Amino acid sequence: MEFGLSEEQNLLVDSVHRFLDSTAQLPRVRRFAEEGNDSDLWQGLVDLGISGLLVPESRGGVSLGFVEAALVAELLGKHVTPSPFLGTAVLMPALLNQVDPDSSLLDEIIAGTLRCGIGLAEANGARLGAALIERNGKLSGRALFVLDAAADVFLLADARHHLYLVDAEAAGLTTRRLATVDTTRPVVELTLNNCAATTLATDAEAMQRLLDIGRVMLAADTLGAASNMIEQAVIYAKQREQFGRAIATFQAVKHMCAEMAAELEPCRAFVWYAGHALNELPDEARLTACHLKAHISEVGKRIAKTATEVHGGMGFTDLVGLHYWFKRIGFNRQMLGTPEYLRDQAARLQGLVA
Amino acid sequence: MDLSYGPEYEGFREEVRSFLRTHGHKAPRGQGLRSSNLREWQALLIENGYAARTIPKEYGGFGATPDILKSRIIAEEFATAQVPGGLGGQGVSMLVPTLLELGTEEQKRRFIQPTIRGEMVWCQGYSEPGAGSDLASLRTSAVLEGDEWVVNGQKIWTSTAHLADWIFCLVRTEPDAPKHQGISFLLFDMKTPGIEIRPLVDMTMNHSFNEVFLTNVRVPKDQIVGQRGQGWQVANSILGHERDSLGDPNATLQRFNRLLDLMRDETVDGARVIDNPVLRDRAMEMQGRVMAMRFNELRVLSSRVNNKNDALLARLITKLEGTELRHALEGLGIDVMGELGLAYKDNPLVRDNGMFQYHHMFFLGLIIGGGTSQIQKNIISERGLGMPREPKLAEARAEKK
Repeated sequence: MEFGLSEEQNLLVDSVHRFLDSTAQLPRVRRFAEEGNDSDLWQGLVDLGISGLLVPESRGGVSLGFVEAALVAELLGKHVTPSPFLGTAVLMPALLNQVDPDSSLLDEIIAGTLRCGIGLAEANGARLGAALIERNGKLSGRALFVLDAAADVFLLADARHHLYLVDAEAAGLTTRRLATVDTTRPVVELTLNNCAATTLATDAEAMQRLLDIGRVMLAADTLGAASNMIEQAVIYAKQREQFGRAIATFQAVKHMCAEMAAELEPCRAFVWYAGHALNELPDEARLTACHLKAHISEVGKRIAKTATEVHGGMGFTDLVGLHYWFKRIGFNRQMLGTPEYLRDQAARLQGLVA
Repeated sequence: MDLSYGPEYEGFREEVRSFLRTHGHKAPRGQGLRSSNLREWQALLIENGYAARTIPKEYGGFGATPDILKSRIIAEEFATAQVPGGLGGQGVSMLVPTLLELGTEEQKRRFIQPTIRGEMVWCQGYSEPGAGSDLASLRTSAVLEGDEWVVNGQKIWTSTAHLADWIFCLVRTEPDAPKHQGISFLLFDMKTPGIEIRPLVDMTMNHSFNEVFLTNVRVPKDQIVGQRGQGWQVANSILGHERDSLGDPNATLQRFNRLLDLMRDETVDGARVIDNPVLRDRAMEMQGRVMAMRFNELRVLSSRVNNKNDALLARLITKLEGTELRHALEGLGIDVMGELGLAYKDNPLVRDNGMFQYHHMFFLGLIIGGGTSQIQKNIISERGLGMPREPKLAEARAEKK
């Protein structure tokens, strides 16, 4: 029995962490928020093999699974790193492994020359009447909150939950930037007018599987972001003095930190289990993914608030930049299913909804 | 990740199941601590290695080498078969491990066997009216007169004192030493003259706690565990055992499943409770919390099985989160019942034997007992997050000057 990280997994974590720690500090993230260019960061991750993480060795990848992908997602959240990781390194390869393992797209993904955006927002409940309709192999309609602005191709779901690939340069496709609170994840609105599209999957199960995977990755991202917020809060509390002593000696402050840690630590095992379930436990994977993302979104929201409060007035400023983590956690909460939506899904999966 | 226990352990699981199929019907149910039936069952469990499993044979145990997974399989299979396992209680779960570690050979031979066989029932004399979270400030004194300790003072929260044969008790033997270094760990017979027991009924209306008054209680000098003044260390090794055993996530999972059953069975205005979207959402939120604690426990278990020291924080939070979760879960059970949630004891309308009401209160007791949630948060912030201790009052005053 082994329900913990192996030596290889720890090595992966170390190498990604070292890279992000040296190149993706907050000033770099701030520059991205202004300029929108993360190609150096992504190239660094590609050099570490992250783009081929899920691709089989026979296809030039590293043949790792969803636990490792979640570990990387956690680190990206920890560093609030802008990157096309979710669509490019996780969802698109996971789908292609299943439906078209010989696809040349995988070679481009591994090489870092193809960035894949994802538009699955409508699959979790369409807002503003947005929908994509397929007719004669062409897509028309609107997709909201599509990740990310710099994508070369988009992975999109239509109203029947079939999956398509659309080139970002395709005729009939217009892109509009949508400003969001989280400036580390640039999202766009796509309007398609009889757009050429390649069908990737026509069974709704394939899309559900992508949602499961995506939810676990967003949850892992929140795990990393929230754990970083706790670390920052503890460091700040040890430095900040009031009433003649470090505020970290006040029980009111210590208990806020202890509550954050006590709520978050079980989420670490939850993320591992959900990643493992995606790999090995098909009967549990969907329920675990729904519950994980719902639960960690609630925990993350409380931590985002509490860690900010521990910083006092400074937590509210742009100067400290804590808000990048606050917003990252907020983004993860809203995307691919809010907690209420996911708990309803969980109830349905267990036959609890009449 | 490998969540299986492996073929050797699955074979062991089969053995346990086969034992339960053959002997499970002999298990005593709902009988007092003193029943002969209970002792016979305990003897059978020890003989087969399902109780006192790792206690050496010379002290009456089964003598197996410790194996966390086998112990867990036993617990799982007994729970699944709903057959009561080996004797619990503070003697078995707290005193025996301590004696094995710190007792003299004579103490081990004298006390362990009767304790694990259920012939000697123990209570724990730690807390005092003025020494709760600050246990080390306890004042019950023991003065050596000739070959005897003379004990005077008062203990409180003494579970099963009214049923116990013996007590393991913290007393102050070195009044001039710093508070943690002046305590000793004594064992004595509850029939010794000078002991008065008064019941302390708790909010569930059960009598399990007591106040124990000690007046010139004379205890033979050699009934001390560890050296004079080392009682604090002895007690702390026991508290570690206690914290590990609280808020068991598998029991919590079983209770969650009962909650779902209840929500499917009960109706409001003719509709199933589970069909109320607000209550269903609360149940699902609870399920997420239950899952998180289950996986956390699995991680702690794996870390122990593989002798890794990589789950410190996960372990430190289990008492706080486990008891708070369980209290909230039982409270949700009451909420989903509406007015029926008021029914208790012999009310003919009571659901699930009043277990939701009982546990809701009982787990509030566990949130407070064994180190309150506030003490747990101090421990988590200091040992888990490396935050500094609050300065002592005297230090704070000196600093001010």
